[in-house]
Amino acid sequence: MTAAVKEDKGYIVINEDECKGCGLCIEACVQKVIRAAPYLNRYGYHPAVYDGRGCNGCGLCFYACPEPGAITVYKAAA
Amino acid sequence: MPEIAVPAHMKPIHAKAECLYDTYFRKGENPHQTHYCPGCGHGVALKLLAEAIDELGIADRVIVVSPVGCSVFLYYYFDTGNVQVAHGRAPAAATGLKRANPEAIVIAYQGDGDLAAIGSAEILHAANRGEPITCIFVNNAIYGMTGGQMAPTTPLGGRTTTTPFGRAAHNDGYPLHVSEVLAALDGPAYIERVALGNVKQILGARRAIRKALETQMKGLGFSLVEVLSPCPTIWKMDPVEAQRRVREEMTKLYPLGVKCDRTAERQPLPAPAPAPPLEELPRILQIPEEEPAAAWAKAEGAVDCRIRVAGFGGQGVLLLGQLLAEAGMDYGLEVSWLPSYGPEMRSGTSNCHVRLSSKPIDSPLVSQPHVLIALNEPSLRKFVGAVQPGGVVLYNGTEIPADARRGDVAMYALPFFEIADREGSAKAGNLVALGALLEAVPLLPAEVVDRAMARVIRSEKWLELDRRALKRGREALRALKNEPAKEPCHA
Repeated sequence: MTAAVKEDKGYIVINEDECKGCGLCIEACVQKVIRAAPYLNRYGYHPAVYDGRGCNGCGLCFYACPEPGAITVYKAAA
Repeated sequence: MPEIAVPAHMKPIHAKAECLYDTYFRKGENPHQTHYCPGCGHGVALKLLAEAIDELGIADRVIVVSPVGCSVFLYYYFDTGNVQVAHGRAPAAATGLKRANPEAIVIAYQGDGDLAAIGSAEILHAANRGEPITCIFVNNAIYGMTGGQMAPTTPLGGRTTTTPFGRAAHNDGYPLHVSEVLAALDGPAYIERVALGNVKQILGARRAIRKALETQMKGLGFSLVEVLSPCPTIWKMDPVEAQRRVREEMTKLYPLGVKCDRTAERQPLPAPAPAPPLEELPRILQIPEEEPAAAWAKAEGAVDCRIRVAGFGGQGVLLLGQLLAEAGMDYGLEVSWLPSYGPEMRSGTSNCHVRLSSKPIDSPLVSQPHVLIALNEPSLRKFVGAVQPGGVVLYNGTEIPADARRGDVAMYALPFFEIADREGSAKAGNLVALGALLEAVPLLPAEVVDRAMARVIRSEKWLELDRRALKRGREALRALKNEPAKEPCHA
C-alpha cells in the first residue's frame, strides 16, 4: 500500500444496456475517465465505460447523457 | 456488464428522476431505454424537466401535454398526468386543462415543427393571454420524426428534403424567432432561450426550466423555455458534432438569453372562479325541475310531425322553429330543430326543419313536411310540392297564388306580418304564424307553448307583444276555418 494514491471523491455507474454510445458523456467528462468500450452492447453500440478510478463526482456526464437512467453519479459524503 | 463496485461511503447524487417510469411502453427489446436516437436533445430536455419536477415536488400535480412529433413520446416516460393532443394544439389543450384544474401544473412540451408551424396560432394566443402554463419548446430547426422537412426555424441555406437546394428567403421566408416574437407581447411572464450545446449550456437550461415551472407555481402567468437542441440523425452528424453545431451555429442564429422576465413585478393572477357543482347546473341553465308531461305523448301513441318553416332572414323563421322544438321538448316529445340559412343576417333565404315525435328521431331533415309555413312566395313555391297529402300549408299573404294551390292539402293564407303590425310590430309576424299553426294543428297545449316562450324570449316587452301576436294568429285562423269553404284549397 502506498499513501500516495488519493481517494476518489466520486464514482459513476453506467448501465451499458441503456447506453446508445453517443459519446456525449465522454466529451463532457473533465477528468477524462470515461471511454467507449471496444466491444458492442446488445444493441450494437460501443457503450461508455468508466475507468473505475479518477471520478470527482461533478455530475457533468449525467447532464450530458440523453438517457434518463443510463448514468448514476455517486459522491462521498462530505 | 462489469461488476459494479460503488465504494460503500458514497451516496447517489444524480440518478434517474422518480417521476419517470421504470420501463417504457413500446420498447420490446430494452424497455429501460428511451425511443430517441443516440445523442438526441429530447433525452436531455425531458431529463431536465423530470429533475425539476422531482426537485419541486410537484409530480402529483403535473399534467404534461404531448404534441405531435418526436416530443410525443413523453407519454411513455412521465409518470404524471398526460394528454396527447392534435398537431400544434398543445397550448390550447393546456389552457383548458389549466382552467379546469387551476391547481395542476400544466406543461406543453413541443417541437419546432409542432409549435412554430402548424401550432403558431395556438402558442401566440396562449402567450398573449398570459395563460399560466409552461411551454418547453424544443427547437432543432427541422422536422425530425417525418424525416427532415424544412421547419419555420430552419436556417437560410439549410438543405432539407423540401428545400434540397437550401432554404431561400425569397421562396421559403426567414427563420422564425419564436421567443423574440412572443417576448414582444405583453402576456408572457418569462421567456428564455437556452441550448444543449455543452454541459455548461445544459446546466443553464436546467435552471431556466426550473424557473419556468416556478413561474407557473406562483401563478405569475405564461412561461416558455426555448431549448436549442441537436438532431444528429436528421442533421447527418455524429452526436458530438451535432452538439458542436448547436453551440457554434444555432446560437448565432438564435441568441441565447432571457427574452422577457416580468416575474419580479407580476402579481399572481386571480384564481379562476371554481366550476359550479353539478347539481347547480339545472338552475343555472334554467332547466325546469318538474318532469315534462310525457303522458299525452304516450297516450296518443304515434306523434310524428314534420314541419318546415321557410322565409327570408329576419322574419323570425328560426325562432319560430325553435319555439316549436322547445315547447315539444317540454311536452315530453323527442324533438329536432335544424336551421338552414345563408350567411346574411337579413334578407337571405332562411328555413328550418322541425320534428316533434313520440319516438326517437332518426334524421332531423324534413324533406316531406306535414306542415309548411311559408313566410314568402318563393318559399311557398319552392316547398309546396313536397308537402305530404293531407298536410297543412300556412302562407303569409291574403291569397294563395292560383298556380301554387293543391287540392290534397289544407291551405290557409293569412297576412301574418300585417296582423302583427296592427298589434304593435310587424316583427312579431312569426308568432302570428305560430298561433295559426297551433290552431290549425293542435299539436301542443297552449300553456306548454307559453312556458317555452317565456323561457326563450328574454325581453319582457317582446314577450308581451309576442303573446298577443300568438293569440291574434289563433283567432285569425279560427275565423278562416269557420268561413264556408269557398275555394277547394280550404279543405
